Amino acid sequence: MCLAIPGKVVEIFTNEGMHMARVQFGGVTREACLDYVPETRVGEYVLVHVGFAISRVDEEEARRTYEALAELDQLGELEIPEFEQSRNKDGV
Amino acid sequence: MKYLDEYRDGGIAAKLVERIERAQTKPWVIMEVCGGQTHSIVKNGIDHLLPKGVELVHGPGCPVCVTPLEMIDKAHAIARKPDVIFCSFGDMLRVPGSDGDLFSIKSQGGDVRVVYSPLDCLKIAKTNPGKQVVFFAIGFETTAPANAMLAWQAREMGLKNLSLLVSHVLVPPAIEAVLSSPRNRVQGFLGPGHVCAVAGYEEYEPLAARFHVPIVVTGFEPLDILEGVLMTIEQLEQGRAEVENQYSRVLARGGNHPARERIMKVFEVGDRKWRGVGTIPHSGFQLRVEFRELDAERRFNVTAIDTMEPEVCIAGQILQGIRKPHDCPAFGSECTPQHPLGATMVSAEGACAAYYAYGRHLKDADLVTLGDGK
Repeated sequence: MCLAIPGKVVEIFTNEGMHMARVQFGGVTREACLDYVPETRVGEYVLVHVGFAISRVDEEEARRTYEALAELDQLGELEIPEFEQSRNKDGV
Repeated sequence: MKYLDEYRDGGIAAKLVERIERAQTKPWVIMEVCGGQTHSIVKNGIDHLLPKGVELVHGPGCPVCVTPLEMIDKAHAIARKPDVIFCSFGDMLRVPGSDGDLFSIKSQGGDVRVVYSPLDCLKIAKTNPGKQVVFFAIGFETTAPANAMLAWQAREMGLKNLSLLVSHVLVPPAIEAVLSSPRNRVQGFLGPGHVCAVAGYEEYEPLAARFHVPIVVTGFEPLDILEGVLMTIEQLEQGRAEVENQYSRVLARGGNHPARERIMKVFEVGDRKWRGVGTIPHSGFQLRVEFRELDAERRFNVTAIDTMEPEVCIAGQILQGIRKPHDCPAFGSECTPQHPLGATMVSAEGACAAYYAYGRHLKDADLVTLGDGK
């Protein structure tokens, strides 16, 4: 129910006094209300829940988080080369 | 898809699990609050990847599940009226009341419509001036900005044939109720990422301090959840009890200010009954007095209806993390998503429904047979 999906804003317009956008999710485009993230620009990513953008995805923060996680992967390769073995041993 | 696929990488997930194994020295019980997180955990088998000493229990954060039976019955009473177009999110259509569900009302000729957004109701009300359009406004803080906007726009546009049946619930009082229970086992929380995207997480800080529990606001993808678990375990092992934010790409401490402002102009906090749990003080939203003319309960004068839950159902204890679906004798036999007996089986995000959808009701022998494709 609290599902919210990140999508790319491709067009911004006004309807009934509300700030609206067309937002692309993979291959699907839906309308979303931008009144709660009014500073959003075309090309940015927003998190959409029941037709409302509730947050802008912070690209810089997303990149940092992902790189930190990916680095964990690489460091892990050096530190724990036999992860698959330990995982199998535990029967997971 | 961008901002989804990156957080589903199996290699990184394996490394996070390894980090959790190394960080954890004692057994810990962690509750994920949100039903969306429960769904992701069971779908991706995250609970099975974690070391035995880390137990995930499933929280009360499924609004469809916790909407009380009386409110479902009120919705049905309104939806049965001949001059009403009853609009709802799709999740609510299958939820059984004391006598059938919204699908059965639709099949008997009731005008029940599924909407993608609450704003769809504005158009329906404008194009059907001779009908009363009622929206079933349920949800947690995540959905409150959308439902508040519907009420706001209806008033701005002077729509006299639109009203809201409000059953809104709030997360922090539910966490407090879980922690205050004498049977509580929960030692740390994965906080609800999308609820906090709207409401922020300042309200969780006094809870963390008062009950000395770590709360890590967490996203919904597998890597988000694993990182949230790791951050919680690190706090528990170090004896810390802070609110931390794993989901920083989406939210900041103060949440969404324009959304919070609009919510508080339309709604006020009141006591709310939770299905399977009971009344929790100050745990929901109701329309402010300026918007009471839009209150469907008043407009249609649906009065309190006596209801009774099946005795066998342990949904209340599951919602509070005291027991799990397998502990229920009816799980997967008498109680299934097609014939749910209680709150946690009625929505895909309920713990029982998620366990059922991903084969947790099957015996190991059945799973081997399915795996062989026989």
